[in-house]
Amino acid sequence: MIFSLETWQITIFSLAVGMASTIVILPFGVALAWLFARKEWPFKSVVETIVLLPLVMPPVSTGLILLKIFGRRGPLGAWLYERGVEIVFNWKGVLIAMSVMSFPLLVRSVRTSFAEVSLRLEQIAATLGASPLKIFFVVTLPLAYKGIVAGALLAFSRALGEFGATILLAGNIPGRTQTLSLAIFNFVQTGKDAEAFTLLGITVFLAFTFVWFSEWLLRAGKKA
Amino acid sequence: MKIGRGTKTATSLLLASALLSFVPVVACADEILVAAAASLADVLKDIGKNYQSTHNKILLTLGPSNFLARQIFEGAPPDMFFSADLAQMDFLETNRRLEPGTRKNLLSNQLVIVVPAYSNLAIASPKDLLKPDVKKIALADPAAVPVGVYTSRYLATEGLWGKLKSKIVPVLDVRATLASVESANVEAGFVYKTDAAISNKVKVVYEVPLDNGPKIIYPIAIVRDSKKKDTARDFMNFLLSPAGKAIFKKFGFVILD
Repeated sequence: MIFSLETWQITIFSLAVGMASTIVILPFGVALAWLFARKEWPFKSVVETIVLLPLVMPPVSTGLILLKIFGRRGPLGAWLYERGVEIVFNWKGVLIAMSVMSFPLLVRSVRTSFAEVSLRLEQIAATLGASPLKIFFVVTLPLAYKGIVAGALLAFSRALGEFGATILLAGNIPGRTQTLSLAIFNFVQTGKDAEAFTLLGITVFLAFTFVWFSEWLLRAGKKA
Repeated sequence: MKIGRGTKTATSLLLASALLSFVPVVACADEILVAAAASLADVLKDIGKNYQSTHNKILLTLGPSNFLARQIFEGAPPDMFFSADLAQMDFLETNRRLEPGTRKNLLSNQLVIVVPAYSNLAIASPKDLLKPDVKKIALADPAAVPVGVYTSRYLATEGLWGKLKSKIVPVLDVRATLASVESANVEAGFVYKTDAAISNKVKVVYEVPLDNGPKIIYPIAIVRDSKKKDTARDFMNFLLSPAGKAIFKKFGFVILD
């Protein structure tokens, strides 16, 4: 099938921003997941629940909260706007919406893979004189590596499917902030079923590939 | 390991920014962003093209009118707002988000009854919907969606709402109405004339006369926070010009003067 220029542009834009959002949340997600899996601290369960909220809240309400925060009249948005940074209605808005919505999936998967790393191996490394930082990078991270990649892939797939928060925070501007999900919405609204199904096909293909690969990695990780 | 990850991240970031540069970035000052109801997408794209050939560039952001109003309220950057609904425009006006004196009731639309293209039910007027053959009628939620509100009001003035109410299936929006009629899951539905025009799987069997029908209004205004009010005014003048009006007419809209 030969895709139109517009189709390519939308697909590449979605992939690029989705990828960027996953890269942005990866270090934070890994750090937080490690804190959840390995440390006990006050109000841990409260923080865990807050991190998971975007997973279960209606995306539109998450989008509204983000719009309130990052809008020109919002606390953070006003501060950024004075410094010449605008989040709302451009690709940065798409990036933030995708990041927030996919973060819980990343943290959950990575947390599980950290929990599966044997504490004994870490303790042995400690008795051999390795610093906590060294233990993390030499023992924990390599052992949890597949789970982390699987989590990142899952987060990336979620980012690609994001709709509710994106349309509120970033708008739906063809050629600027329009992702696959937003373009499908537009085509459905204007009765262009053929175009909608083309994009739908691309979305299904991408989602299937990434989720399948993520599951495969998790299974492979269990065997190792 | 650490270095490997870092390099990979840097490479991916580079790749991402390279891909992002695919997105056409036009830095010219004469570019305005119009927040418009999704149902106006096609006509505004056409108008934007015509306007662009002589003047400036029009960018659209499309969504349900209540979302757009919400965004403008929170300080989102559109220069103009083109709503399918008076209530959303009123909301922005009372909250002083509109440039005073720029609000105009630009367009109107006509309610029509549609049936599946191959339907052989004889429906020639709203009264025919009372026939027992007509079991279900699709309508965008009459409690919330403008087209549903307009239709219920119209049927009430015709003295039919009470009798037809039990046949009404409330659906999400105009598009959902069209889809349920297209698939013949309902015997008939009420939509705007402009929406009926984009589907060849439905046929219009009755047009509610403009004079008896409800007053459907699409208002437009310039946003107070806009930094490109002059360009926005220029675009507004284009919409009101004979060339602009001709395009709206081509898509089946009614021009209000």
